[in-house]
Amino acid sequence: MSFVATPQLMRFEAPLALQSGASIRDYQLAYETYGQLNADRSNAVLICHALNASHHVAGHYAGQARSEGWWDNMVGPGKPVDTRRFFVIGVNNLGSCFGSTGPMHVNPDTGRIFGADFPVVTVEDWVDAQARLLDALGVQQLAAVMGGSLGGMQALSWALRYPDRVRHCVGIATAPNLSAQNIAFNEVARRAIVTDPDFHGGHFYSHGVVPARGLRLARMVGHITYLSDSVMEERFGRERVAALADQVGYHFDVEFEIESYLRHQGDKFSAYFDANTYLLITRALDYFDPARGFNGNLTAAFAQAKAEFLLISFSTDWRFSPARSRELVKALLDSQHALSYAEIDAPHGHDAFLLDDPRYLAIVRAYFDRMGAGA
Amino acid sequence: MSDLATMKVIAGMVPAGSRVLDLGCGDGALLAHLQIERQCTGYGIEFDDANVHACVKRRVNVIQLNLDEGLTMFDDASFDVVLQIDTLQHLRNAETMLRETARVGRSGIVAFPNFGHWPNRISVLGGRMPVTKRLPYQWYDTPNIRVGTFRDFEVLARKNGLQVLDAFGLEEGREVRWWPNLRAGTAVFRLQGAGAR
Repeated sequence: MSFVATPQLMRFEAPLALQSGASIRDYQLAYETYGQLNADRSNAVLICHALNASHHVAGHYAGQARSEGWWDNMVGPGKPVDTRRFFVIGVNNLGSCFGSTGPMHVNPDTGRIFGADFPVVTVEDWVDAQARLLDALGVQQLAAVMGGSLGGMQALSWALRYPDRVRHCVGIATAPNLSAQNIAFNEVARRAIVTDPDFHGGHFYSHGVVPARGLRLARMVGHITYLSDSVMEERFGRERVAALADQVGYHFDVEFEIESYLRHQGDKFSAYFDANTYLLITRALDYFDPARGFNGNLTAAFAQAKAEFLLISFSTDWRFSPARSRELVKALLDSQHALSYAEIDAPHGHDAFLLDDPRYLAIVRAYFDRMGAGA
Repeated sequence: MSDLATMKVIAGMVPAGSRVLDLGCGDGALLAHLQIERQCTGYGIEFDDANVHACVKRRVNVIQLNLDEGLTMFDDASFDVVLQIDTLQHLRNAETMLRETARVGRSGIVAFPNFGHWPNRISVLGGRMPVTKRLPYQWYDTPNIRVGTFRDFEVLARKNGLQVLDAFGLEEGREVRWWPNLRAGTAVFRLQGAGAR
């Protein structure tokens, strides 16, 4: 059993200007911290979450079985990101549905629930909101910012937006932007949600319903893309569910194990995730493109960064493929940044960044071990 | 080739403060030495997981790539020096990589075990493949997919239009400039592409 984590809330009254031109005020961020901030405040590590995760990065909640954080294998006492040495911060992003202000909360301007009126937020907006939280926690400079997938995009954005506040940037299974194929998958997921009759244009809260069918489909299509073909074959193959005893059913109900698995994942997800949050977060993914302001020149975009970088990708990840990480490697090489890049030959697809591959964890551990609190 | 004396000779050929790309950098010992002793910056390229880990551990910038996939990631003349130390004999595309070394680096340093070294010749004359300190493997388990001599390399460099700036042998950590193809276990070449200034 890991250590006990305690979620906290921080309220921000002043408006935060967003990339869209809109702003948000009187918002709150849910966050957790692990370990102790040292005397010269130099050992803070910010962990950024991906699509469906939260500020609950590590540890478990007192009295709650199976409540370990989503990166409990990575962060904690004696873990690769060792909380005996580092002060680790996990924060739930604006627009998410785990305690930070999101579409399910009341809009202070109207007194009504935001719903579809929640402003579209971007990776940059999240990073700005995180920076304010760090200000409030008394952290001027991060020893490291780290994340996987969409969390990795936030880590990259940190190095670009606040070059003097980041010493090390660790981006895992991430990309400089989404490919057309990736945006396409996001769009299928969003259409599934938006066309669910229970969506009510995003104002389903007042109708006392949730667009669970749309969310289920969104999660199912997403889940397919997080796994590799080979790991799916290995785990499910053409196995039929037990009730069928290997007979062909000649119907369209659940027959193959993979169908059962996807439906289970969809059901689970639709019970806890917010539909508007899904739209917001996938849109933030679509929009992330730091090279856009530099005529598509990623090298020029990274010229302003001052951090040292560690990038890791996984050979069978086809959603955030090694080729995308190599684009980042090239940009960082060309802009002459300190950089290490590991390409882990792992079978698990995109999900690998959350799993226990010993080579992967050893690289992260070595990187953080050598990163003395002052280095 | 991990012995300190040899490493120092190679390091001595790299101008202080150079931006270095080390192809097949192993555990990063040479790059670490260049960073500390000669204020160089740069990156190692390595394929092996354990070596990548060793590099990260000793604070050497390392990029995990299979050299058989080429150096397309690197622009022309983007490094002062490209090193290929005991790497050539493991490469399938050795000739392409030699050209790539000259393209990416303003100069290149290539070192490899010299099969023309006299103990190897004697062994082959006796009808057996050599097993020596420098080539310690049996013919059936060697990771070296190519063997070549000092003289062979001169021919290959000429064929590819590369300018040999310096060439010598290394034996027991000492430079061998007199009959290196016979007298040295290691061949060392400093090269430049034909278009380089």
